[in-house]
Amino acid sequence: MKLPYYPGCTLKANAKHFEDSAQKALEKLDYQLEEMKDWVCCGTVFSMTSDDLMLQLSSIRNLLRAEKQDLKELVTLCSMCYNTLKQSKDFVEGDLDNLEKVNNFMYMEEAEYKGQVEIYHLLTLLRDRIKFETVKAEVTNPLKGLKVGAYYGCLLVRPQKFAIDDFEAPTIMEDLVESLGAEAIDFQFKLECCGAYQTITKKNISVKRAYEILDSAQRVGCDAIITSCPLCAYNLDFLQKEIEKEYVDFQTIPIFYFTELMAVALGVGWNGEWTKKHDVDPEPILIEKNLI
Amino acid sequence: MSAKREMIDVYISGELFQVPEGSTIISSMEYAGFQLKRGVGCREGYCGACATVYREKGDYKLKGGLACQTVVTDGMAVAMIPFVPAEKPTYDLNELEADVSTFTKLFPTVFRCVSCNTCTKACPQEIQVMDYIQAIIRGDIERAANLSFDCIRCGLCALRCPSEIVQYNNAILARRLYAKYLAKKSPELDTRLKELDECKYDKEIEEVKNMPKDKLSEKYYSREIKIS
Repeated sequence: MKLPYYPGCTLKANAKHFEDSAQKALEKLDYQLEEMKDWVCCGTVFSMTSDDLMLQLSSIRNLLRAEKQDLKELVTLCSMCYNTLKQSKDFVEGDLDNLEKVNNFMYMEEAEYKGQVEIYHLLTLLRDRIKFETVKAEVTNPLKGLKVGAYYGCLLVRPQKFAIDDFEAPTIMEDLVESLGAEAIDFQFKLECCGAYQTITKKNISVKRAYEILDSAQRVGCDAIITSCPLCAYNLDFLQKEIEKEYVDFQTIPIFYFTELMAVALGVGWNGEWTKKHDVDPEPILIEKNLI
Repeated sequence: MSAKREMIDVYISGELFQVPEGSTIISSMEYAGFQLKRGVGCREGYCGACATVYREKGDYKLKGGLACQTVVTDGMAVAMIPFVPAEKPTYDLNELEADVSTFTKLFPTVFRCVSCNTCTKACPQEIQVMDYIQAIIRGDIERAANLSFDCIRCGLCALRCPSEIVQYNNAILARRLYAKYLAKKSPELDTRLKELDECKYDKEIEEVKNMPKDKLSEKYYSREIKIS
């Protein structure tokens, strides 16, 4: 089965291992991600400025081009792309004036956006279409003994209208983790903001946030954290060397994309290229648990 | 005697002139008495020096084009752009990496793209400008190089860009990176360069240079091109 796929820029650069592991894992489930043609940036963060339609053009251009390519839906892996595309879609579909104004700007596109493209995050497809039971049945290398903390951050569950699960107490990632044979550990800060783009100009804010998140996970015994957001992954992983300088008691913890653990559990194996994309070495914990 | 050409009205930088129908913007300006020193080059649509903006009578759109290629219409308002003083960082190609990090350092503005496509609308070469900028953002330098191949660096994209991106300077960097680091190396090129050093075909070149035109023409049109 082919899934029309919207990658987003980061999955072609810093998060190539997110895309690669997802493709390999899905192949084990008889699904293929088929990249849509001529996609552009998702818009990177849904604009809260209701009257600056220029900031919606990027998202809607993707939807328009998908519609022109006869795609009824797009699957995203990146939480940011999911959230931005989903909110922009609602922004124009919920207000026909906005839709008309945005379409007025699209006169070189040969078609207008009609609003027929649905946006899904891979996690919801795994739950609702592919089914976690199917995933569980295909697991050949159960992640036995691995204690995983599922970190949601903001973009999968906020605002409430676009949440992929209960916006205050989601379990979708924990349910996936359990189906892979690992132990899902709930932790206090799994919905807290990672500091997001503060990491560029006020890094100390993100360092503090990342420490609080990781510490709350480690206090309840997590061996590893999973996420689906490249920005969260960056802050939680690459800021650990900064955290170590500020907080002497801090021990590093590996950060995975959920698809990497899926790949390991479904028997794809581990790819050394993925390790290079991590800052905290993810291999020792997998070796310790006899998973690779 | 050739038939008398109809005269039409053209506003050049706001002043009304009558010029012959069928003139290009450059020829109409010269007909009107302007001496063009900047913003004019090959007059064949290749060099990109004569970027211009114009508006046609009854149309609200400000359009961009090459003054040597755009034919004036009755009531058209035109203006020449002598030069685009756009940002142009200095770099040593040998020290660069063929990935997105190079653009992050040299052209951070590229990440301000909102995919509005205004650059594509402005391009007289009909290049998918916005799509190559988007390719750069995700590190697909090969796609950026291919999509921007016909760029003549007229600067209209940068002039219209609401995000202040200098598209054409990004594009030439993408093509340079592609050519130096990513494109498949051609073994034939090395062979050919060696042949040139050894003056292998000098005798044949002399022969061609001394050939009468009709013979040369016959040889040219009956040539076979081998593509391996």
